[in-house]
Amino acid sequence: MGWQRKILRVNLTEGRCTVEPLNMDWAFAYLGERGLASKYLMEGMDPKADPMGPENLLIFVTGPLTGTMASTSGRYAVVTKGPLTGAIACSNSGGKFGAEFKFAGYDLLIFEGRAANPVYLHLVDDQAELLPADEIWGSSVWDTDAWLKSRHQDSRLKIAAIGVAGERGVRYACIVNDLHRAAGRSGVGAVMGSKNLKAIAVRGTRGVGVKDPKRFMQATRDAKAALRDNRGRQEMTKLGTNAMIDAMQEFGGLPTRNFHAVQFEGVEKINPRAMMRTHVDGHRNLVTNKACFGCTIACGRIAHVDPHHFTIVNHKEYWHASGGLEYETAYAFGPLVGVDDIDALTFAGYLMNEHGMDPISFGGTLAAAMELYEMGVITDADTDGVALRFGNAEALTVMAERTGKFEGFGQILGLGSKRMCEKYGHPELFMGVKGQEFAGYDSRALQGMGLGYATSNRGACHLKHDTFAEDMEDQSGNGKAVPCKESQDRTAMVDSTGVCLFTTSAWGVDEFRAQIDAACEGEWTNERLLEIGERIWNLERQFNLAAGLTAADDTLPKRLLEVPAPGGVAAGKVCELDKMLNEYYQVRGWTDDGRPSNETLARLGL
Amino acid sequence: MEKSLVIDPAKCTSCLQCELACSFEHEGVFNPARSRIWVFELEHGARAIPFTCTQCAEAWCMRACPVEAITVNHTTGAKEVDADLCVGCKVCAIACPFGAINYDVERHVVAKCDLCGGDPQCAAACPTGAITWVDAGQTGYERMRAWAVGTDAALSH
Repeated sequence: MGWQRKILRVNLTEGRCTVEPLNMDWAFAYLGERGLASKYLMEGMDPKADPMGPENLLIFVTGPLTGTMASTSGRYAVVTKGPLTGAIACSNSGGKFGAEFKFAGYDLLIFEGRAANPVYLHLVDDQAELLPADEIWGSSVWDTDAWLKSRHQDSRLKIAAIGVAGERGVRYACIVNDLHRAAGRSGVGAVMGSKNLKAIAVRGTRGVGVKDPKRFMQATRDAKAALRDNRGRQEMTKLGTNAMIDAMQEFGGLPTRNFHAVQFEGVEKINPRAMMRTHVDGHRNLVTNKACFGCTIACGRIAHVDPHHFTIVNHKEYWHASGGLEYETAYAFGPLVGVDDIDALTFAGYLMNEHGMDPISFGGTLAAAMELYEMGVITDADTDGVALRFGNAEALTVMAERTGKFEGFGQILGLGSKRMCEKYGHPELFMGVKGQEFAGYDSRALQGMGLGYATSNRGACHLKHDTFAEDMEDQSGNGKAVPCKESQDRTAMVDSTGVCLFTTSAWGVDEFRAQIDAACEGEWTNERLLEIGERIWNLERQFNLAAGLTAADDTLPKRLLEVPAPGGVAAGKVCELDKMLNEYYQVRGWTDDGRPSNETLARLGL
Repeated sequence: MEKSLVIDPAKCTSCLQCELACSFEHEGVFNPARSRIWVFELEHGARAIPFTCTQCAEAWCMRACPVEAITVNHTTGAKEVDADLCVGCKVCAIACPFGAINYDVERHVVAKCDLCGGDPQCAAACPTGAITWVDAGQTGYERMRAWAVGTDAALSH
């Protein structure tokens, strides 16, 4: 119960789908989603393999709570070796697709090999078939979605697909499901493209059961009540995740113009208030808020681009509502590239979903390109005449489209910031870790975030630890290692349940234990859940070490380590990474060179 | 007092808690495919409309049934299918103008909303008040109240 106890293994090279029982020893040791798929990845491939080669595995995975009445139960993850980072990639998404493939009867879909020609997987309960995708190869995610529903005469199909960006190997291509939710980071969409897999179209009618239904329903009711009454949750419902842009502006942790500044003068034009403003002609950016499957938070935004805006005035096909600005998109298309045009930001967000790209990495790469352009390293000859100046809204939308379609300078932007900056001889302009661009938090102001970025197993990421409270309270590197480590373990556990990390505004380990214990076989304690989190973290680390990464990769760009913050609460400070990192390795039970010690591995059963 | 489900699409976030609750109440598992209430999303999710049986007073399904398997529950007002009598002919599904009756492929009978015996679980599970269970004679009350409040605001300026 909780688990479906079944895996669908799809060998793309041979065109064969086989059903296998779920390894329950692994399920009990790694729970589901992020943890369970990481175990399957570690056991199923050589970590040294080329991420874009047929040896890489691409795993779609749900958790034991996915598809149940637990709030936010729509989560699934894509786990693979990431082509942006060369490290383990775990990209988590909501929407309705994840619950649907669990309803079809599977905990994991494992894709191996590479199809000779483009294919898609059509999966309805027990019937799994690989079908030719030649007609949709070269199509956008949105056109692919429409084509599949029409082709199968089934509007209930839930679809995850890549766009041209994924087909052509844009290093940060993502996998988009339900039109505008995405397994966003680390280039999981490029892996899908490298396998010639265009889409997965699924419908499930089998349902999900739990161990003790009565107790489970009570546990989910209690947990939902806690969310309902939680102030952070209420803000998230009302304002969306973009509420963070005002908080970071005030604090001085809002990365601006490729981290040259920590506050952005145009923030009032792109914050939640701007999204909710009704203009004299009646236009309003925000249409409504929207939930993923099972979610009682509904932080998602649905927005309209102003039809008179230069981006779409002659493109009626975009005169509809779609996914609106989340914080990370607003940050990456706003302050990071210096643009304050809310319609340009919203439209560029549409393009990310339509063509399947990670907005954080695209924005980070564009910001570095703008810096190169302003330095004169690249010129109009490189950019096909587009002035890549900070603040140029047209540069943002034009380059978003060219990268999505893999045209012109978009092919260079598709390399990601690290590779692009190296190509032009300025590796110091890359702002990220392990090849992956930073999210919207400057680690000179948020020191624990800096440690989290440096040690995240998928490269720079704000979602694998949570030291916000500590960072807000104290702008030094003191005492950050313990909360960083503990929150990394807790987050790894949450990411393995099948529910959303955003529940943690109201839920502690108790709420997770109550729901997991009522849903899954066995005895579940808080200690056991947290140990699972720590096991997952160390397993991911083992994968990365085996892939060739070392402690030298646990670092930050010089701009954060040597150039003092130009303003905000941390004005004059740099990120104190060295101090935090040494303490962190000790707290983790790792050696000085960042390897889990034998005792640590033995304690965690690794 | 007879009560009725009232649906306000403007409040729906399409979280599908209603579908989960319905399938759990009737099937004991979480399975939106077998829910008797469904949420329909339009325009990339900009609008979402929950829809289920409206419990017509002169129900087409009830009249169409050749074996009198559909009867009125006089306590709740629900038109209920007696699975022991239903022969699975699906004429009721043809008769229903709204498509609110569907065939249950596992039990070989039709299934429709039965208002959960007077305690509809979809309404209980809805986190936003998009589905409510209110006095059947005053289903417009809250919407009328909202307009009254708006009118008051306009008049007092």
